[in-house]
This record gives sequence, C-alpha cells and structure tokens, in this order.
Amino acid sequence: MKNLKKTTKVDFATYIGVTLAFLIVFILQGRGMLTNAMESWLVPVCCFIVMAVSLNLVVGVSGELSLGHAGFMSIGAFSGIVAGMSLAEAVPLVPLRLALAMAVGAACAALAGFLIGIPVLRLRGDYLAIVTLAFGQIIKDLITCLLVGYDKRGLHFVFNLDGLRSVSDLHLEEGGVAIIKGAQGAVGVTKMASFPAGYVLVMVALVIVLNLIRSRTGRAIMACRDNRIAAESVGINVTKYKMIAFVVSAALAGAAGALFGLNYGGLASSRFDFNTSIMVLVYVVLGGLGNIWGSVIGAAVLYILPEALREFADYRMLIYAIVLILVMLATNNDQLKALVGRIIPGRKEADANG
Amino acid sequence: MKKSIRFLALALALVMMLALCACGPKTEQGPGPVSNPGAESQPGTEPSQSGNEPSGEASGTFKLGGIGPMTGGAAQYGMAAMTGAQIAVDEINALGGPVQFEFNAQDDVNVADTAVNAYNILKDWGMQVLVGAVTTTPCISVSQEAYNDRIFCLTPSASSTDVTAGKDNMYQMCFTDPNQGLSGAEYVKANFPDAKIAVIYKNDDAYSQGIRDAFYGEMKDSIVYEGTFTEDTQTNFSVQVTAAKDAGADVVYLPMYYQPATVILNQAKAIGYAPTFIGVDGMDGILDQENFDASLAEGVLVMSPFAASSTDDRTVNFVAKYQEKLGQLPNQFAADGYDCVYAIYEAIQAAGLTADMSTADICEALIATFSSDSFTFTGLTGADQTWSANGEVTKVPMAFLIKDGVYTTP
Repeated sequence: MKNLKKTTKVDFATYIGVTLAFLIVFILQGRGMLTNAMESWLVPVCCFIVMAVSLNLVVGVSGELSLGHAGFMSIGAFSGIVAGMSLAEAVPLVPLRLALAMAVGAACAALAGFLIGIPVLRLRGDYLAIVTLAFGQIIKDLITCLLVGYDKRGLHFVFNLDGLRSVSDLHLEEGGVAIIKGAQGAVGVTKMASFPAGYVLVMVALVIVLNLIRSRTGRAIMACRDNRIAAESVGINVTKYKMIAFVVSAALAGAAGALFGLNYGGLASSRFDFNTSIMVLVYVVLGGLGNIWGSVIGAAVLYILPEALREFADYRMLIYAIVLILVMLATNNDQLKALVGRIIPGRKEADANG
Repeated sequence: MKKSIRFLALALALVMMLALCACGPKTEQGPGPVSNPGAESQPGTEPSQSGNEPSGEASGTFKLGGIGPMTGGAAQYGMAAMTGAQIAVDEINALGGPVQFEFNAQDDVNVADTAVNAYNILKDWGMQVLVGAVTTTPCISVSQEAYNDRIFCLTPSASSTDVTAGKDNMYQMCFTDPNQGLSGAEYVKANFPDAKIAVIYKNDDAYSQGIRDAFYGEMKDSIVYEGTFTEDTQTNFSVQVTAAKDAGADVVYLPMYYQPATVILNQAKAIGYAPTFIGVDGMDGILDQENFDASLAEGVLVMSPFAASSTDDRTVNFVAKYQEKLGQLPNQFAADGYDCVYAIYEAIQAAGLTADMSTADICEALIATFSSDSFTFTGLTGADQTWSANGEVTKVPMAFLIKDGVYTTP
C-alpha cells in the first residue's frame, strides 16, 4: 500500500467507502430496519450521486460551467422509459431490461451532448453556461411536445409542435399504450429500478470518471482547464478533450436519468427544469470542485436533508438554505481547515493533488 | 479582521438555526392559524385501539394522510386542499362521535419523486387512508405506490384519467378532465347553438390540455380559432386575443386556471373585444385575485361545482372557517379537500369500519362502499355524488355567471 500514489489511495478509499455504505444499507434493508421513507430515498440518492459525479467532470475537471445538466437527465429518463416500456415483451428479465434502458438513456444523452458540444465547446468563457442553460429549457419544452406510444407494430412518435395533436393522433392499435403524453409526461411506468442497480450505476460512474481523470486524457483535460493557451501550445486539441469530458458526463447523466425515470409511476418533463440543474450544481460545489468523493457525499447528504427536515414543516426549506450557507462557510474556513490538517496529517497534500 | 467576520457570520448563522430549531416544534403545538396542516400529527400518541365496539358500527381514530404542494409554484392548490381537509377533520372530531380522525399533511412541492417520499413518510406514520395527492403528476406516482400497498386514496383535485386508470383503490373528488370538457361542450351547444368558438389553452399543462381535447372532439366544427400558451408565456396573450377577435369568435372557452385568465380578460378589454368568456373549475377564485379589477370578469361564465358565494348553510360555515384560517375565500380545491374527508367519513360509517382493522381491509371495504350504487355523497361540491368502479365521480356541474362581482345562476 505504501508505494501507492496518494490519488490512487483516495480513489480506492472512495470505492471502498461507497461499497461499504451500500452493504450496510442493503443489509439493514434486508432485515427490515429501514423505514419506508428511507427506502424511498435509496434510488434517487444513487441517481443524484451519479448526476453530481458526472457534472463534476464538466465543472470541476474540465472547468466549464454547465447549467443544463438536468436536460441530459431528462433525455436519459424519457428515452430510458420508452426503451424500458417497449421492451417489456422482448426482454422479460427485469434487471436486463433496466440495464438496456440505462444504456439507451446514456446513448441518447451522449448523442445530445455531442451535438451540443460541437458548436459550444469551441466557445470560451461563459458561453457554455449560457448555451447549456438554454439547452435545458429547450429539452423541457421539446419533451412537453412529445407523444410516444407503443403497440404491436412498434413505437409511434408524434411531435406536437403546434399544440393541436393529442394521444389519438398516435393511431395506436388495440392494446397499444401511450408511454409519453406530452405535458403530462410519462405515465403508467412500470417500476423497475432497485437499490442494487443504483449501486452498480454509481460504481460504474466512479470507475469511469476516476480512471478518466487519472489517465493521459484526464491530464490533458485538466491542462485545458488550467491554461488553455499553454495546452494548445503543446499540441493538445482543446475542443476534443473538452468534448470527451462533456460527452462522458452527458452519457452518465442519461443513465442516471433512466434509472430515475424507471423508479416512479409517472414523470413530467417539468421535473428536469433549471432548478434541478442548479441543485446538482450545488451538490458539486459544496462537495468540492474536482473532488469526486466530495460529490458523492454532497449529493447523498443534500438530497436527504430536505426530506429529513420534514419535521420542521414550514421552516424546512429555510433551514435547508441555512445549512447550505453553513457548509459553504465551514468548508472555506481557514482555521477549520488548519484544524483538520492537524488531526489528519498529510491532508494538505491530498488537497493539492485534488 | 476578515477571519473574525467570517467566524462571526458562522456563529450568527448557528444561533439563527438553533433559534429556528427551537421554535419549529413550538409552532406545531401553537393554537394560531394552521398554516401547517400537518400540525395535528403527533406520532405515537394515537389511541388507535379505542375501537372496541361491536363490529358493524364504525369507530376508532383513523389516520388520514394528505399529500399536496404546500411550497413552490403550486403551493396555493395544496394549501387550499389541505386546509379544507383540516377544517373537515376538526369538525368531525368536534362532533365527538365514535369515528375520529388524525390528519397529517405532507408537502410534495408538486414533484413526483418528492410526493413518493411524502407518501412513505405517511406510511411510516401509520396512514390508513390517503387524501391526495392534490396535483396530477405527483398523484400518478403516488397512486401506483398506494395500489401496490393497498391503501385507499381519494384525491381532491388530480383530474387526469391516468390517475385512476388501472388502479381500483384510487378515487377522485373532482371531475376528470375529459368529463369537464364534455360537459362544457354540452353547455355551449345548449346555450350558444350557432356560436363561433375560440379556445385558448395551456399546452404544457395536462389539466388544460385534457379539457381542451375533449371539448375539441365535440365542438370541432364550431371552433374558429385555437391559441396555445405555456408556463413561460402566460404573461402576454395579445397574439391569441387578437387572433380570436379577427376570427370573429363570439364565445371564448378558457380551460385554464384563473391567473392566466385574468391577463386574457384584461387584454381583451384593452382591444375592445367582448365575447362571452366561459371558464372551467380552475377559473374559480378569479374574483379574489390580488390586483385584479373584478369588473373585468363581469359576464364571465364559470362552470364549477363549487362557488364560495353560495348561501347554503354548509358553504357559509365553511367559508367563514376557511377565512379565519387563511384569510381568503376558499376556492374549489379547498372545497374538494373538505368534501374528501367527509366522503371518507360517511363511507367509513356506511361500511362500519373500525380503526384497528388492517389498512388493506379498510381499503377493500372502502372500494366496495364507494363503488356501490347505494353510496351517495352530498357535499360542498355537489349533491348526490356517486362514484363508478373506475374511481370517477359523477356530479352535476353548475354554471355561474359573474354579475356585479358575485356568482349568480344564469
């Protein structure tokens, strides 16, 4: 262990920590020691951990501000729901169908990320933030116009841009079901997501992101972040490396979206609005930019917090906001940092290495 | 210097938080206005075993859960429905009869996954019957969970047919969207036989879209113009109103909530366009909208099952209690929430349920009662309401004409 690099140790500690947390919760769940409320948090927490980790790749590692991450989640969720519902007969095995749905969600979101990235990642400065902000809104509005149905002949799509079409325009055969009903979003979704599936997704996301960061590609991405001109001068294709980070991030968000979508009986596109994007960004920023295990903890704690504060009733969101401010102050406090540094020697070094 | 300020800020924030923590529970016991309908909930202190009467007579303290948006953009609907339900619970408990209720309302922020979290919190609390969820999308998610868990649900206001589709334990207090569109079409046919009709609706809202689809199906041939808007464009309707005027429409059907309708009325007046406006149940509340000149609503027809200006004793009593709690006139959501609790109360009595029965047994018994032909319910939102086995309510919509700032029967 001694000759392992500091970063490698941190990475392994992240894997082990996540696995241990999963095992403990899983055993508690198996013994029926979790309340219903806690059980209902498990899958969304996994989804938002993956969202935070993937957004950290863009914001923390690649250094671009993305304000439309929920858009990718939305694409993944709805394409995943369509895949999961329409494959019901072809693939009867639920875990396999869930995996396929997540793969479809990831692929669709990655494609969207790629298409957006082509023009946008050539821009500098705040433009990515502005365009991703618009993108999130566009996705929300487009899915509001989308009607999707499934019957024996296959999938049917209608794009209700003029607002004058309805489910009957899908011309579904007898026994066909409408999966996405425009403004109402997806309805009648069969619940497929499970906590172990969420754990697997979190681990896959961690392995992909951590290995990407520690690889040659990852160092190139960080070089672009730290000094674009210097990176270009040594022959790094800045757009290409930013694109890699952006597309990987979009794909992971899509997979998380698919898992999220298949965890509920119904889902409207308005769930993935600007607020959701900002919420994920808050998880990332409070967890620490570029700090992957920080994102994991940030997402888990901050997703559960408003639910756990329900006993304060009306003051719930106020207290939530105060806790956010406290975390910001505490994590930036030099004296606190020095204190932690004294307790855990070598902590400073870890910080320097990210 | 900077450091000390930062420490001061941290310390102040901590103090604030402690102060809040301290006053949080206090308000739960406070006798003040129930801005928090969940205040009645005191887990653990519930005498659920009080039902030792012979079987056949309903008795015991039933745990009613409520789910609705009480914060965020849709908060007014959740607050109204949950406050209405709370008033009914208080009234029933004050009667001192053998059937008592404990009511616990949870916030869902109008988000499907938060609603499922709220549902599970209520399940941990021991909920036996659910009043909710108030809004459609959360209700679809919640109803799926409740269907699997066999908990009876009566939603005050989630009006989509998808809410009840395929779930035998899910009942609605409000009209379904298609039914409302159909009854609107019938009314227009009967009263405005040769009218040219314009429809303006919100196409990113399932409620508005659902009513419009049914209305359009019936009135296809008389509709001369259809205009759409979304959440983001509901502050300006000059395009739609002008187009409706140019198309020569003399009836404008507005399947939407009252906030956008106020803008439409305002802009129609500005261009001197005065057709007959017909609103749906979401239009109820328009007269109480702040900063709205109520004279603009003169002559508007509102097809709603509830009117706060009704003079029957029950409505007057309800309006007074509601105003005491929230300081405003109740709308249709509040009346639906109130009726939900009374409908469950009467069904529990009709079925002779006791609170110590299992939730699944209560669910089956309530399903049997609600779907039976002999069970009729008279509440604020209509007399002799019955439910079909698929959970949809049958009641007569009433049309009100706004005249001199009050609802009148045309």
